[in-house]
Order: sequence, then structure tokens, then C-alpha cells
Amino acid sequence: MGDLYPFSAIVEQDEMKQALLIAVVDPTIGGVLVFGDRGTGKSTAVRALAGLLPKMQVIAGCRYHCDPAAERRACADDCSLRRGAKQSDLKTKSVPVPVVDLPLGATEDRVVGALDLERALTEGVKAFEPGLLAQAHRGFLYIDEVNLLEDHLIDLLLDVAASGENVVEREGLSTRHAARFVLVGSGNPEEGELRPQLLDRFGLSVEVTTPDDLATRVEVVRRRDDFERHPAAFLKKWKRRDGQLRRKLAAARERLEDVEVPDSMLERAAELCLKLGTDGLRGELTMVRAGRALAALEGAESLGDSQLRKVAPAALRHRLRRDPLDEAGSSVRVERAVAEVFGP
Amino acid sequence: MTDQVSLPWQDAALAAAVLAVDPAGLGGVVLRSSASPLRDRWLDLLRGGLAEGTPWRRVPLHVTDGRLFGDLDLAATLRTGRPLAERGLLAESDGGILLLASAERIEPAMAARLTATMDRGSVAGLHAAVGQRQGANFGVVALDESLDDEEGVTASLADRLALHIDLGAVARREQLQTAFTPKDVAIARERLGDIEASEKDIQLLCDVALALGVGSLRAEMLALRFARVHAALHGRSAIAKPDSEAAARLVLAPRASRLPQPEPPSAQEPPEESRPEGGHDNEGGGEIPPEGVVLAAAEAAIPPRLLAQLQSAVGRTSARSSAGRAGASRFSRQRGRPAGTRRGDVAGGNRLNLVETLRTAAPLQPLRRRQTPGAAGGPRLQVRRDDFRIVRFKQRSETVTVFVVDASGSAALHRLAEAKGAVELLLADCYVRRDQVALIAFRGREAEVLLAPTRSLVRAKRSLAALPGGGGTPLAAGIDAALQLALMARRRGQTPNLVFLTDGRANVCRDGGGGREQAEEEAQSAARQIRNEAVATIFIDTAPRTNPFAQQLASAMGAHYLALPRADARSLSQAVRESGMAGVPA
Repeated sequence: MGDLYPFSAIVEQDEMKQALLIAVVDPTIGGVLVFGDRGTGKSTAVRALAGLLPKMQVIAGCRYHCDPAAERRACADDCSLRRGAKQSDLKTKSVPVPVVDLPLGATEDRVVGALDLERALTEGVKAFEPGLLAQAHRGFLYIDEVNLLEDHLIDLLLDVAASGENVVEREGLSTRHAARFVLVGSGNPEEGELRPQLLDRFGLSVEVTTPDDLATRVEVVRRRDDFERHPAAFLKKWKRRDGQLRRKLAAARERLEDVEVPDSMLERAAELCLKLGTDGLRGELTMVRAGRALAALEGAESLGDSQLRKVAPAALRHRLRRDPLDEAGSSVRVERAVAEVFGP
Repeated sequence: MTDQVSLPWQDAALAAAVLAVDPAGLGGVVLRSSASPLRDRWLDLLRGGLAEGTPWRRVPLHVTDGRLFGDLDLAATLRTGRPLAERGLLAESDGGILLLASAERIEPAMAARLTATMDRGSVAGLHAAVGQRQGANFGVVALDESLDDEEGVTASLADRLALHIDLGAVARREQLQTAFTPKDVAIARERLGDIEASEKDIQLLCDVALALGVGSLRAEMLALRFARVHAALHGRSAIAKPDSEAAARLVLAPRASRLPQPEPPSAQEPPEESRPEGGHDNEGGGEIPPEGVVLAAAEAAIPPRLLAQLQSAVGRTSARSSAGRAGASRFSRQRGRPAGTRRGDVAGGNRLNLVETLRTAAPLQPLRRRQTPGAAGGPRLQVRRDDFRIVRFKQRSETVTVFVVDASGSAALHRLAEAKGAVELLLADCYVRRDQVALIAFRGREAEVLLAPTRSLVRAKRSLAALPGGGGTPLAAGIDAALQLALMARRRGQTPNLVFLTDGRANVCRDGGGGREQAEEEAQSAARQIRNEAVATIFIDTAPRTNPFAQQLASAMGAHYLALPRADARSLSQAVRESGMAGVPA
């Protein structure tokens, strides 16, 4: 099966790593899009994330990873285990946070779930077999080459991501269950663009490029080589770093609610968005949230200029109104505006 | 030593031996060659080096996803009454070789799924019931039968395959001889784990890659693996210069995106950089730095075709790409999106969806068993005609809008720039529907495809950066090129649209000679061809005054005529959209 490459062993690509960590601290950020050249470690980073996440509590035996602490039943009509049971009677267990791969060719059945064929054949019962969306609940849903995803799947994902709920009405089945996940997409813009509707759905968008200095490239190749030749030793070497990062993430999550957001920062964010003419309020909201998550990660008490500056490009670059005749890339435009608002 | 003059056939044979040592680690090979005894010979070489019983699976182009990734085994499922998985080809080829036939025709989406499997080294079945992952580490042999000027294997797949070999350079079959016996290969496989690679070896390969403008970091990793295998094959315990050279030649050179500069600053700096941290610089302390030697080896190995492209700076595809394409219906299996299933009969070429049919039948089984008394010994499953579900495909055909721009004369630059703008504007709209745009310019003596059909704005911007203009008006050549592109698109199952931007004043004939009369004659006959093929066309007259010749030409094409003497990017794209072309609702 192969081991996962340790997250902390990824060389550079700081913006990508930062965005992914922010999404871990605050899953409501709305997902991360990683666009860039081939062979820059996009998918390595996302898959490595799985090894980094703190475990979560679920109701034992629930196919939807129900949260024992949640007030509302997460899987409205299916979690019979919960029904009637008292809060204290529930058996819980801790499981790794799911990072689910959505393969490009996945059938709709596989994604939303379908009739349980086994039970239908043997018992003649109509039962629902949960799909990838159920698996990804409370975790991450990763789509590599998201720009090549078939349209009907995109529509479906947009709908679920917006509502946080997967409604299944097919083959005489009628059911619904919670499906809240962090959408992580990656792709290479040369192979096709992403629909604006889907683009807007991602909270943060980062661009990765191939490093072009020798030292970095050598380091990347050397580490990868080490990892492939002596995986056990390599993992051991990086275990501590990953562990530190994991604890940092857990601490940041706890602290998140306590990070203050001064009004002056809200004004800054609004000013920046106004300057860039971004559509809607989603940009501002994401920028402030991401800034807050970053502040929590850095151990700061309140959101400040430095955090906003760091997250502004990722939160805004994919929300600019496109002008194909403007040669300057959107990253450049954001940076320019940031420099104007925040000063050099 | 003779390693300076490595002949193509030697390298091809070497590649087969190296790949046989570690197929999965090297990713595989893009084998560019027509189906020929030569190719069979190469494959025999590879197969001969593999261990006894190593999986060797051939994947036809029209393989179903189920067969590839694993799906429900219907026969077994019906027999046992519970869903049973069938292993897919990818899982079956674990530890061996996966042979992709006609790899140049694999769609990007399929390539993406393949590469995801390669990255993970495991594969999950398609159906929820068979979703557990199975090991799938294999080397890919992508049989690329594309011709010289055609696009080859999808870049994302090629990126993961260490070797890119063109058998066109090998003259005769008998030449393909390997210096390594299967036993050598087996020994190398065992020793592979012990081969040392120093920081300097890695640095050397990275350096060469940078000098050649190799973008992807995967190339360097694969080159390192290659060097290691090469060392093992030659009985060395650590990577030596010949190993790095071979890696640069076989792995890095085919990926070059630029020629190394004579005095490249990047090739000079590294030794200085490496000294303070490394200090192990004593071995190669000759007059010529090792990168120089290896780089020279790599440069000499850049395939001639690539070399020509690099020298002309912009790798443009010529207009003749449809020539000799085997089989007219390139993507006849591109049958649109499966849009669910519906009740129906299996007659008339409809495709039965077995799983859906079973699903429909399943809940009714107890009832049917009860309804047919005495059926206890009957079939386990009772499927009625009502249960049949057939696959329905949504035939949404993609449109390709081809701009054909007159780049001749004085107004050329302006016109071309506006056309470029229109292309980009249209692309910005089109990408919503995933439609494609292409651009042909004609001037001087011939027509040229500046932008092959694409939906990528990024690629469009890149290839439209340099716009040549001026010279005569080879209108007939332009029309011919456009028609060719249109027909090619149609064969791919797309709907072509042409947009001409010209004043219609032809003055260069097909053979490149002058003569207004003959040129106009030829343009007229070319235009009639477009009408014969019934390609939707817009003719935008860019002359300052409407001229009868342009109108005649437009009507010969059966085109929609528009006079836009000051066509600018926005009004152009507006016109195209309003005429209902490019698939964008106005």
C-alpha cells in the first residue's frame, strides 16, 4: 500500500502548507484549491495531511462518523443506534479523520451512495449503502485533477458542499445524511480551467510552482529518495516534527474561538476587497476567518495585520473578476492591492 | 570510451534492460513507434528481462472502467447472492507491466485516474461493495503511435514515465540487441537496494535538469532511480559518471524545454554553492566540471524532432496533423456522458446496464418467488423484462471554434491582436461549457496553426504571445487548413465552427506563387469545399469598405457574412456569441 510521506518533510511550498493547515484548524473555511505545475508535490501534501490530523470521536458503529457531542442527529434517519439511546449510553471510539479520495471516474453511485446490493439480493430489503460523501463526513474530500471532473459530479458536489447534507432520491430510495467535509482540489491549469461556480466554492486557492533554484530541487529529490529507499527510517526521523505539528494544530483548534478579531481588521479586509472589486462577501469572510485560524496557529491573541497579509492572496486570488486581456496574473493584482492597503 | 557516441539503438536496448530491473520504480516508458516488428522486438527484450511469472497485461484503448479498476463480478454475484469483486487489470498487473495500446488517444480524465493509481500504488474498485484498496505497483509501457506532428501521450502520464523512447531512430530490427542477459537483470534487481547515491550525484542531475529547462521535479527523481538501476546493471555499488550520463541522456534529454546556454550561469554557480556545505568536491576536480560532461551527453541525446522545435523557439503544431490517422472515428467511443439509465428493451444496439437491472429486480425477488409457486428449484434470480435498464448517454458534443485570421499586409498586426483578444475572451466564456478554441493565421506563402484546439486559457496565452504578420494573402491555403482542422474536430466527435477574419483579397496561390486571378479562383474552390462539408462558418469582412469579392466568398462557403471593418476583440467575440456559435448562450 505504501506509506504516506510525512507532511513536515515537504520542502518549501509554504503557502500550500499554510492553507492546508488553516483548513484543518477551521474546517468551515470552505476548502482549499491547489493549482500548479506538474510534479510539485500537490497530491503528496494533501495525502500527507491524513497522517497529521488529530483523531476524532465518533459513535461506535455509525457509518456516518456521527459526533457523539453533537446535539442534532447527524444522519437524520439512519443512525438507529442513536435513536432512543441516552446520551451517556452511547459507545464512542476515536478514529482517524478521514481523507477520502474522489477518483475522477467515480460513478454517481459510488459518490452519493446507492442501494445496498447485497441486502437487496439476499434479503430483498431496500437499504442504503453509503458512498464517498458519507465516508468523508467530518473529514476531507480530495479531488485530484479537479478541473477534469465530470460536470454532473461537480453539480452534485456543489450542492452537497453548499447544504452540508447529502439528499438521496433514487431507485426508490429516499434518505439524507449529513455530509460536511473540507473540499480539497488540485489540478494543473494547462489541462483546463475550473468552472467559476466551483472556483468560488473553495475558500482558499493557492498556486504552486516548480522551484527553480538548485538547492531546493536537490533537497526535494534527496528526501524523496530517502523516503522511497528507507521508508521506516525516514518516517521515524520525521515523526517528531509531525507530532509537534499535530499538537500545534490541536492547540490552535482549541484556541480558535478565543482569538479576537478587532474591528480595525474587519475594515482592513473590507478595504482590500473593495479595492480589488471582488464579487460578494465571501472573500472578506474567508480572509478574516483564515487570518483568525492563522493567528490561532501562531499563538497570537488577536488577528493582526501580519496574518491578514499572509492569507490575503489565497483568500482572494480566485475571486477577482476575470479579465482575460489583463496580462498580469491575479496573484500580482492581489499583491499590489495588499501593498497599497497595508503599506510596504 | 564509446559512451560519447551512444547510438539510438543502443539506448533503446539499454532502456529495455533498465526497465526490466525496476518497472514500478521507473514508472515505465513512452514507446513512440508504429506497430512494427521493431516494436515487438523491443517488447520481447523487455519481457525477456522480467522474472518468470511477472504480470504482463495489455490494456486495449476501449477498456471499460470496470475492467480496469475492478468492479462487481456479475456471474459470481448472481451465483452466490452476494456482491463479489472482480479484480481489475490494474490490480492484476501489480508487480509487473501494464501495456497501454494507442496510448496517445487516452483521454486526460482516464490518464488522471491511471496516474492517481500509480501515485498511490494501489487501486480501489469502482463499486462501493468492492471498494477496498488493492496493491497496484506496475510499470507502464505506453505504446504511442502518434505521428511526428501530432500530440503524443498526455503530459501528466508522460511525466511519470522515466523513459521516452522513439524507435523511429532505430534502423533495423537486428540492431536491437541487448548486452545484458536475463541473469544480469535479475542480479541487478537484487543489488538495487544497495546502490549508494551521494549528494553530489543528485546535485549533478538536478543541475542538468535545470540547464535543460526540465520543469517537473519528478524527472530528477526518475533520473536518479535510473542512474541507480544503471549502476546496478553494470555491477557498481555506487552511482558513477556513466550512470549519470545515461540518466541524463535517456530520462532528462527527452524532456528538455530549452537548449543549454553556451555559458549558462546556472551551470557555473552550483560548484561554488556546493563547496561550503558539501566539501566532497575532490573527485571530479578536473578542468571540465562533471555537469559539463553530463550536460553535453544529454544535449547530444535530445531527439532531433524536439531539437528542431526548441531551435525554432516556439513549438507550433503544423496544420497537417490529420494526415494518416488510422481510422476515421477517433473518439467514436466518446459517447457523451452516461446520463443515468432508463427502462427499455435490449434490442437495437442499446446497452444493458446489468447492475442497474439487478438492482431493479432485487427487491422484488421474495414477491416473485411467492407468486410463482413451485419455483423452489427454479432460478435463484427472477429477472423480468420490466427490469431491464439500458444505459442512456447524453450526447453533448463539444464545439471547437476555429479563428482563421488573415495576417497579411499592413493591417495584419492589429487584426491578429484583436483576434487573439477575441480568442481569449471566448475561452473565458467557453470554459464554463468546456468548449475549445483554435487559431489559424495565414500570411506570406502558407497557413499556420498558431493555437491547436484547446480549452486552456493558460496555454492559449502562452502560444499566442508572438504574432507574426505581413506579406501576401494565401487565402486558399488558409481555408484548406481551417477545413482540415474542422474535419479533424468532427472526427473526434466535436462540432467545428469557423470564423474567418479577412478582406478576402487573395493574392498567393496554393503553390506559393503570386497571381491574383488564380489565387482568387483557388480561394473560391476551397470555399465551396467548406459548404460541401457543411461546417458552420462566420465570415467577418475586415475591409474598410464592403467588397463584393468577400461577399461572394462568404456565400460560396455558405457562411454568415458580417462586415466589421474595425473588428475589435470584444465586438468579435460578441458577434460569435450572438450567432449562437461557440455554444455559449447569447
